Amino acid sequence: MLSRLGRFFVLSTSYIANYGYADGSGEYYVSIDSEKCNACGECIPACPMHIFQVEEDDYGDMAAVVKESHRKSLKYVCAPCKPTSGVRNLPCQKACKPGAIVHSW
Amino acid sequence: MTTQVEYWRWTESRYTNPEVDWRKASTITAGIDVGSVSSKAAVMADNEILAYGLMRTGSNSPDSALNAINRAIEGTGLTMKDIKFIVGTGYGRINIPFAGKAITEIACHARGANYIWGPVVRTILDMGGQDCKAIHCDEKGKVTAFLMNDKCAAGTGRGMEVFADLLQVPITQVGEMSLQVDKEPPPVSSTCVVFAKSEGIGLLRQGWSKNMVLAAYCSAMAHRVVTLLERIGMEKEFVLTGGISKNIGVVSRLEKELGIQAVPLPKDQKFDPQLAGAIGGALFARDLLAKSRKAF
Amino acid sequence: MITAGIDVGSKTVKVVILQDGKILARSLVLTGFEQGKAAEEAFALALKQAGLSAKDIQKVVATGAGRTSVSFATESVSDVAADARGAVFINPNARTVIDVGAEEGRGISTDTRGKVIDFAVNERCAAGAGTFTEAMSRAIEVKLEDMGELSLKSTQEIPLNAQCAVFAESEVVSLVHAKTSKEDIARAIHDGISNRIAAMARRVGVQNDIVLIGGVARNKGFVASLKRQLEADIKIPDEPEYVGALGAAVIAAS
Repeated sequence: MLSRLGRFFVLSTSYIANYGYADGSGEYYVSIDSEKCNACGECIPACPMHIFQVEEDDYGDMAAVVKESHRKSLKYVCAPCKPTSGVRNLPCQKACKPGAIVHSW
Repeated sequence: MTTQVEYWRWTESRYTNPEVDWRKASTITAGIDVGSVSSKAAVMADNEILAYGLMRTGSNSPDSALNAINRAIEGTGLTMKDIKFIVGTGYGRINIPFAGKAITEIACHARGANYIWGPVVRTILDMGGQDCKAIHCDEKGKVTAFLMNDKCAAGTGRGMEVFADLLQVPITQVGEMSLQVDKEPPPVSSTCVVFAKSEGIGLLRQGWSKNMVLAAYCSAMAHRVVTLLERIGMEKEFVLTGGISKNIGVVSRLEKELGIQAVPLPKDQKFDPQLAGAIGGALFARDLLAKSRKAF
Repeated sequence: MITAGIDVGSKTVKVVILQDGKILARSLVLTGFEQGKAAEEAFALALKQAGLSAKDIQKVVATGAGRTSVSFATESVSDVAADARGAVFINPNARTVIDVGAEEGRGISTDTRGKVIDFAVNERCAAGAGTFTEAMSRAIEVKLEDMGELSLKSTQEIPLNAQCAVFAESEVVSLVHAKTSKEDIARAIHDGISNRIAAMARRVGVQNDIVLIGGVARNKGFVASLKRQLEADIKIPDEPEYVGALGAAVIAAS
């Protein structure tokens, strides 16, 4: 990706974005490391609940994000992919070659 | 004393920096932060804050943004035309028609805190009326990690309002009252505000004083935000912004639990820390303007 | 053999007295602030109804959030175990049990004997339990028991964006101010909570028969929303709030 190549020339910020929330019942976060994310978009079709999209961040780089509409309901949206449901290799993590996606559960 | 108590009370304000003459400035930019409770606008002349306005958010974002910027430039002689670039931020950022770009409040907050407190700031905890943000940033004010919790009322001003309302105590007195206890009670165990409220009612029935119940809730809130800070990686140079940062009951317990003190505001600082997002926006606007000029 | 099951919930205490697979009596009292006292009261009430005294009961099993406060119980079992057992006792075809109480929601998958295979719980957050509807009914000034009927009269689907009960309260108040009909708001409230309950049930795998229990099962508006969400038929026992207590009594007898 061009914007990624840009990192070699322009000192860009990398950050860990925690999308989600903690409520009384626990912590529900999907974290994306912008340094590892290459904005390939493989996570988009991989997620059965379509929670991801790739967009330009505040610093002008392209990165995967969790859609705004899903950020407040990750506990429910991501429930089918919880390890307790028998899903061991989460589809989003499997699809993400650089390993940028981490879940809090 | 009237029976109707206004629990969320603050005054709309504005400020002009007397040391800055905008007519001599080469670049004038602004940042407008439309939050769920208040709308803030900061105008910058080159690298100095020229003026700001702080208003209550109305029923729609474009009007709230316009009110805030008009309030900021009031009496300065500036007109909207003089402002070369505006960045919108906050909850209503995408609905500001005269903003050249929308940037998230996370990035603006980090940038603004860096300006207000200086490059030493690494961790920013913003506890607002309806959300709680924890941001980690570098010495340039660039975000290195963040989380924003606007799903759950626990850990927000809204949660504190529920307790103030339950105990019929003005929100501004909650902090002080919570410190007037002989012995620190154990924190309220429910995180959920709805359940915490029932727990509070139960404690009152057991004969707890209002101060004790407030102490238990303030300490629960402090504990809760500590867990948020742990997630993004806590460094000792931390600052607090947002409405709850004015609640000494939460702040002192938070500092105690973390074992460190928040970085104090610099002595010559004249700005309300609530302006952090708007100031960050104005700084981004300045950079974006410089970039576009360079492109020509 | 005569046994009793006591379900000490956050809002009410339920007691079922069972003799050889037949229900002799049941009682329900508000939990209030002293769970132990409420449990004694409910037990005494059920005994009176059955015309029995405490020594006639061979075994008392407690369940529910406050099960440890029942001093006269022989033993205690978890809510999920009691729910599954009770649901299968009533309906032997039950495979998915959804229990929505005042402060907790549960999705349970059970085998033919009422043994729990898997379960998911929503606790410590009011958004996924009956308290949510109760708080919203207060906000729109409608009696809780009227919420169901009201929502069935809704003519359009409107979204409720807030997940948190506290934020949703402000949202429904602003909907009322914007002249949205209370019927439509009531439906949006039920859609919101059933959406979360359905997601939790899907986590354990939804299989027929689906049995809905707990006090919230009496709310027709919620049931209609949940049916739409799950796109399946849902069976509701006649006395849905007693199923946990019944399950405890059945476990006591075995």
